[in-house]
Amino acid sequence: MTSGDQLSFSGRLQAVLSWPVALLFRVLDLPFRWIQRVGGIRSMPWVFLAPNLAFFGLFVVIPLFINFAYSFTGGAELFPGDRIYTGTEQYGILFDCGSYIDPTTCRQDRFWKGIYNTAFFVFFQVVFLVLFSLITALILNRKIRARGFFRAVFFFPVLLSPVVVALIWKWILLRDGILNAFLVSMGFDKILFFVSPEWAMFWAIFVSIWAHMGFYTLILLAGLQAIPPDLYEAAEMDGTRRERVFWRITMPLLWPNMLVVVVLALVKGVQIFDEVYVLTGGGPGTATQFIVQYIYNTGFTNQIKNFGLASAASVVLGVVLFILTMLQLAATRRRDDG
Amino acid sequence: MTRNTARVLGASALSLVLLAGNALAQTELVMTWYNDGNESEVMQSLLDRFHEANPDITVNLNIVPYKAILEGLPVQLAAGQGPDIARVTDLGGLSQYYLDLTPHLADAGYWTSNFGPFLKWLDPQGEAISGFMTQLTVTGPYVNRTLFEQAEVDMPGEGATWEEWAEASRAVAEKLDIPIPMAWDRSGHRVSGPAISEGAKMFTDDGKPALVDDGLKAMATMLYDWHQDGTMAKELWGSVSGSTYLGANEEFANAQVVMYMSGSWQIPQFAETIGDAFDWWAVPAPCGPSACTGMPGGAALVAMKDTAHPEEVAKVMDFLAQEENLAEFYGKNLFIPGHLGLAQNGIAFATDDERAGHALETFAGAVPTISPIAYDLQGYKYNRVMFNALISRLGEAIVGELTLDQAFERMTQDVEQQIAEQERDGN
Repeated sequence: MTSGDQLSFSGRLQAVLSWPVALLFRVLDLPFRWIQRVGGIRSMPWVFLAPNLAFFGLFVVIPLFINFAYSFTGGAELFPGDRIYTGTEQYGILFDCGSYIDPTTCRQDRFWKGIYNTAFFVFFQVVFLVLFSLITALILNRKIRARGFFRAVFFFPVLLSPVVVALIWKWILLRDGILNAFLVSMGFDKILFFVSPEWAMFWAIFVSIWAHMGFYTLILLAGLQAIPPDLYEAAEMDGTRRERVFWRITMPLLWPNMLVVVVLALVKGVQIFDEVYVLTGGGPGTATQFIVQYIYNTGFTNQIKNFGLASAASVVLGVVLFILTMLQLAATRRRDDG
Repeated sequence: MTRNTARVLGASALSLVLLAGNALAQTELVMTWYNDGNESEVMQSLLDRFHEANPDITVNLNIVPYKAILEGLPVQLAAGQGPDIARVTDLGGLSQYYLDLTPHLADAGYWTSNFGPFLKWLDPQGEAISGFMTQLTVTGPYVNRTLFEQAEVDMPGEGATWEEWAEASRAVAEKLDIPIPMAWDRSGHRVSGPAISEGAKMFTDDGKPALVDDGLKAMATMLYDWHQDGTMAKELWGSVSGSTYLGANEEFANAQVVMYMSGSWQIPQFAETIGDAFDWWAVPAPCGPSACTGMPGGAALVAMKDTAHPEEVAKVMDFLAQEENLAEFYGKNLFIPGHLGLAQNGIAFATDDERAGHALETFAGAVPTISPIAYDLQGYKYNRVMFNALISRLGEAIVGELTLDQAFERMTQDVEQQIAEQERDGN
């Protein structure tokens, strides 16, 4: 087969494959021309944004307002019209504490336990997630053997559903799981990982890092690859030490990506639920019960579903996330201004 | 147009009209179902038979996990998006969503005379007929008799206390190096029977819930101590949070547990999974100072009032509730009948397994010994609030997050707060 034949074949293939797209464009051409004629060229961005805005409004903004309204109501009825206005009573119940440091003195002790557990989880998860992602990205940015393979390996867990991730690790960590079998074969005793609060929290953090690290590594890797190589070449010619290159060239230029990683990890960390819920069920006791699980239990798993209290807790969580986002914006702005 | 073309077009139009007519006459109903074993197979065969007799009604059996029945179904029903028929275990808690079948039944008297006592569980306030029990259950323990024989430890006899059973189970476990001497399902329902045996009253004299009293404290303290001294494994009660249900059926089936507190619904599963691998043996509910009781319970098939086809739903329910159909359902699934006529006349259970037969006999024989308090608790609309408070707070005490006294205090608060929230609506 000649190269000319190949070209014509691929050209034909391309034509066949692009045919539906071409047809779609033809169908859309008329109405879009009409919209542009009626609304003018300035209206076109809004036309293209409209589907996304409608989706966002329907599934994010409207539920946000409904949730806010529910937090001022009580009772167990589901529909807004059947609910009783209670003012700020649900917030009063959440914040009714003898001492905020000791959850056992609070009326909603599990809410505060959830807050403290979430804070602990987020702190360690974010620190180690960013650290490991950075190290991995730095290694994968080098010209090592089978680099593509390792990139795929690190990214693979991101593709798995959180429930699958949690179930895999649960099977590994159970009393008769692979890890305990390995420990026994090495002459150690079995460890009941899900009975010890410390181990349960450790594995919650570990599994979360394992599952998400690939995504953040990818962001940092993109940042590393965007750094012009001539800067490194110049530093090498100057005989600059490796550590100095890292702190003076790599880190400052990687900072925008780092910021994205930190903020995304923080927000995702605060929202942690599915993986840990399947892995530990929030136990032992309430050792790994996070704020989202408290909201879920209060609103959905109890026999009497307290939507008002669950909504109030959601609003508190929303405020925390809002503050984190503002901090991110402030940090980005300061950097851009500076 | 040629004559042939006209014929083809005419025939096509006629087929379309006929098909559309058929589609319009078809009523599709949804039955939400969960399985303890594989009872959906028997239900499906009954539904197929119903469809043969009533080709205009199709019932789609939607099989979901038990968790979806507990957590998802109530929200679906509250939103008016529930199924037409569902198998439920929160019998009184969902009563506001049930359809009263009475006006649609050909013989309502058949229902009241055969399901009478259980209809009150479905409608604590009134006289409605909303469904029937797909199984009557009784909580109680199973023991691995083979392990007792191998360890040469005598099994405590009838009338033995929980403490005596715990001691015997520990002795067997120690001798044979069995990891878990005793396991209980992590469920407030399972604890309630033994707590009543220890003297728990569960309600005040005027019928208000009063979960924590000396009887309940005695049982809870025993459970707490057994978790500390290794009689019970912390993995089950201590490894999850809140009111999460966990069973030890797999551990028992794998001979890792000497004594397992669960209930009659495990019989078909054990008959299938354990078979004759070892002697699994149901024993009467151990005693306390006040009683030797388990908890009654079960699952019911109920019709939902949001259905668009109440007549058809009633037709399905009436068919399934007929004595011959229920006899087949209970018999094939090895379920204790929730039909008084069948309970009186006896059922031909589809098993020649001596252990399964003995277990059925033991649990059915326990019905008359069930404490009236246990019946009241089972019929109480908010019993799950009490069960959940009990199990979640006791779980927190077992792992050391709360002292037992703090746990008792929290149990009372949890029940009061949740019921107060419900009563805001005037319910």
